[in-house]
Amino acid sequence: MTAQYLLKDVRPLGGEPTDVLVAGGLVAAIGPEAGDAAENAPDDLEVIDATGMVLLPGLVDLHTHLREPGREDAETIASGTRAAAAGGFTAVHAMANTTPTQDTAGVVEQVWRLGAQAGWTDVHPVGAVSVGLAGEHLAELGAMADSAARVRVFSDDGKCVHDPVLMRRALEYVKAFDGVVAQHAQEPRLTEGAQMHEGVVSAEIGLAGWPAVAEEAIIARDVLLAEHVGSRLHVCHLSTAGSVEIVRWAKSRGIDVTAEVTPHHLVLTDEEARGYDPVFKVNPPLRTQADVDAVREGLADGTIDIVATDHAPHTREDKDCEWAAAAFGMTGLETALSVVQQTMVDTGRMTWADVARVLSTNPARIGRVEGHGRPIAVGEPANLVLVDPEQRRVVEPERQATASANSPLRGRELPGRVVATFLRGRATVLDGVPQDDPADPRFAAGRVTP
Amino acid sequence: MRHLLSTADLDRAAAIRVLDTAAQMAATQGRQIKKLPTLRGRTVVNLFFEDSTRTRISFETAAKRLSADVINFSAKGSSVSKGESLKDTALTLQAMGADAIVIRHQASGAPHTLAHAGWTEAAVVNAGDGMHQHPTQALLDAFTIRRHLTGGPGNPDGVGNDLAGLHVAVVGDVLHSRVARSNVDLLHTLGAKVTLVAPPTLLPVGVGPWPAAVSYRLDDVLAQGPDAVMMLRVQRERMSTAGGGFFPSPLEYTRLYGLDARRLATLPDHSIVLHPGPMNRGLEISADAADSPRAVIVEQVANGVAVRMAVLYLLLSGDGDTGAAPATGAVPAVTSTPAPATTTAGATA
Repeated sequence: MTAQYLLKDVRPLGGEPTDVLVAGGLVAAIGPEAGDAAENAPDDLEVIDATGMVLLPGLVDLHTHLREPGREDAETIASGTRAAAAGGFTAVHAMANTTPTQDTAGVVEQVWRLGAQAGWTDVHPVGAVSVGLAGEHLAELGAMADSAARVRVFSDDGKCVHDPVLMRRALEYVKAFDGVVAQHAQEPRLTEGAQMHEGVVSAEIGLAGWPAVAEEAIIARDVLLAEHVGSRLHVCHLSTAGSVEIVRWAKSRGIDVTAEVTPHHLVLTDEEARGYDPVFKVNPPLRTQADVDAVREGLADGTIDIVATDHAPHTREDKDCEWAAAAFGMTGLETALSVVQQTMVDTGRMTWADVARVLSTNPARIGRVEGHGRPIAVGEPANLVLVDPEQRRVVEPERQATASANSPLRGRELPGRVVATFLRGRATVLDGVPQDDPADPRFAAGRVTP
Repeated sequence: MRHLLSTADLDRAAAIRVLDTAAQMAATQGRQIKKLPTLRGRTVVNLFFEDSTRTRISFETAAKRLSADVINFSAKGSSVSKGESLKDTALTLQAMGADAIVIRHQASGAPHTLAHAGWTEAAVVNAGDGMHQHPTQALLDAFTIRRHLTGGPGNPDGVGNDLAGLHVAVVGDVLHSRVARSNVDLLHTLGAKVTLVAPPTLLPVGVGPWPAAVSYRLDDVLAQGPDAVMMLRVQRERMSTAGGGFFPSPLEYTRLYGLDARRLATLPDHSIVLHPGPMNRGLEISADAADSPRAVIVEQVANGVAVRMAVLYLLLSGDGDTGAAPATGAVPAVTSTPAPATTTAGATA
C-alpha cells in the first residue's frame, strides 16, 4: 500500500502556494480540499512542509544512456534510473547504443522490462534506426514500435545517419506509427579523429577539431528532408549558434522539427579542454561562449524545445587517461535541473512553468509518452517532482546515485535540490534520498551509503 | 620550473635563463671530457610512445653528460600506447624512483596529464605531444637563432639577449606541427616577429589570436627579408585522400612552399635557415638549401644537447623552484673556467 502525501504550501509550477494531496497514484486534491481530504486520511498520510518549494511534473529525459545491456560496469538500468529519480525524472529514454544494440523487438523489450522491474522511472527504449547502428540497413522499426516497449523514438545516437537516402527512408517509415527520428547530427568525414570544438582553443592546444559546420550541415539537410517527406524530425543535443539559426528558420517555414540542448552545452565551453581533463570530452563537443549564449537564447524563445541530459556514464579507466584515448561523454541526470535553474531561471530567462515545458511537457510530447508531462491538476497521474530552489549544493560525483563519476561539474556549487520525486504516487525519492526497498536484494547489494 | 610542458609557460626571464644555462652547458661540450657530475645518482626516464630516434638520443646524451642514470622506455607499438596504461606506466616509473620523465606521446596533452594527474612526483619534460608542443625544440631553435643573429665579439652566444627585432618565418605544415606552436609562443615571448607561411589547408582554423602574422605566399615573405627561415617537415602522406588531402601533389607543394636555391638567393646575407629534422630533401627543402653555408641544421642538433642539459639541470638541480637566476657558483663549470668538470658540481647531487 503506497503512502499518501500532503505537500503543504507548495508552489505548483512556481505559482502561488497551495496544498497538494497525492493519493491513489493521482493528484487527488489541490487547495483547501487537499487539507480537508487529509483530515480523514488514514495513518499512512505523510505531510511534507513544502514552504518555498516548487512542484513540477516529473521530468522526462529524451536522451539517456543506461549502458545495459553490455556496459554494466559503467551503469545499469537500475543504477541509471535510480540516478534519474534522484534528479527528478519519472521517465527516461534509453539510447540504443547498447551491446547488443537496441535494434530488435527482443532487446528493446528486455530493456523495457528491466526498467519496469527496477521501478525508479518509466523506461522507454529508443530503437536504433539502422541495424547495429551501422548506417546501412533500416532496423525493424515496425517490430520495435509494435513490441511491448512501444518504441516511438528512433536514433543511431553516437553515430549520425549520414546516408541521405537512409535518413529519408527512416523519416518516411516511422510515420506509420507516429514515430520520430532523433538525429545525432555529425558529418562523419568532417569529424574524422575529431577531439574537441574546432576553433581558437583547439588550434592552441593541438587537439583535432570538430567543426560547427559538421553539425549544422546535417541539420540543414535533415530539416529539408523532413519538409520534403512531411515527417517530423528531432535534433539531438544541438550545440552551435548556427544550428539554432537553422532550426529557427525551419520552424518559421512550418517544418515539423524539434530540438534539444544538453545541460552541459548550456553551461560549459571549450575553454575547459585546456587542462586536458577527459571529463570534458563529449560529443558534440563543448563549444564557445557565443554558442552557449545562442543555445540559451534558443531555449528561452522556444526554438529549442527541450533540455535532454545525454547522460553518458563511463568507467574510470575510460576517463583516467590521455584525452585522445578517453571516451566521449559525461553524466548529467542528477545535475540537469540545477543547471537549468542556474542558467535559465536564476538569470531571469525562464519561469518554472517554462522549466516544466522544456524538461517534461515537451519531451513527453515528442516521445509520445503517456501519463507524463501532464498538467498539475486533480485526477492527473501523480508523476511529480518537488524542488527546493533555495538550497545549494556542491557536486560530488562519488556521492551521486549514478554508477559512474564522470560529472564535468565536480566541485561546482549549484542551486536547487530535488526533495521528492513521485512516480504514479509512489515516492521514489524523499528528503532527497532515493527510497530503496530494503526487501529487494538488488538494492541491498548495490546500495550507495551517503 | 617544476615541469617543462609548453613554451607558453615560460616568461621572458625564464626563457633567457634556460638559453643562458644552455650556453654554459655548450661551453663544457667543447672539452675533451664532456661529462659533468651534476646529476649523479638521479634517474631520467625517456618514455617514448612515438618513434623519435633523434630526440631520444639527444635527451639521452644530455642526461648522460650530466651523469644521470638513463632508462629508455620505448612504448611504441605496444599496448601501452592507450588507455589506463599511461597511468600504470607512470606508477611503475614512480615506484622505480624516476626523478625526471622525458615523454614523447602521440596524444596532445599526455605530458600535461602525466604531470598533473597525481601519478608521479617526477619532473616531466615534454619531448613532443601530438600537435601541441615540443618545447625543447623551440628552445634549441631560439638558442641557435640567438647565437647567430645576436652574438658578437666577447659574447658569441648572445648570453643575456632576447630576440627583439628579429623576423622569423615558419614555413610548412603549421596545422599538425608542435614545433610551430612551441616556436610561435617562445619567439613571441623573446620579442621576435613571427610569420607563419603555409597553404590555407595547413593552417589551423582559430590561428587568428596567435601572436604571429600569417601568409599563404612564401615568395612574398622572403621578399620581406626575414632574419631566419624555419622550414617544417611536410609528410607526403598528407597529400593523399586518406591523409587528409591537404595539397594537390608534392610537386605543387615544392613549387609554392619549398626552399630551393633560387629562393635562398633572395634572402639577405645574414639570414639563416633552420629545420627541425628529419628533412624531406626535395620536398620542403632542396639539397642546395639544406647544405648551404647559411643552413644551421646540423648545429641545431648539437645545440639540442646543450639545451636539454640545461632543462634537465634546471628541473633537477633544486634551485629551479625559487625562480631566481642561478647563482654563478651553482652552475657547473662556467664558461671561463676550462677546468676539469669535477670542481664545482658535487653540491647539487
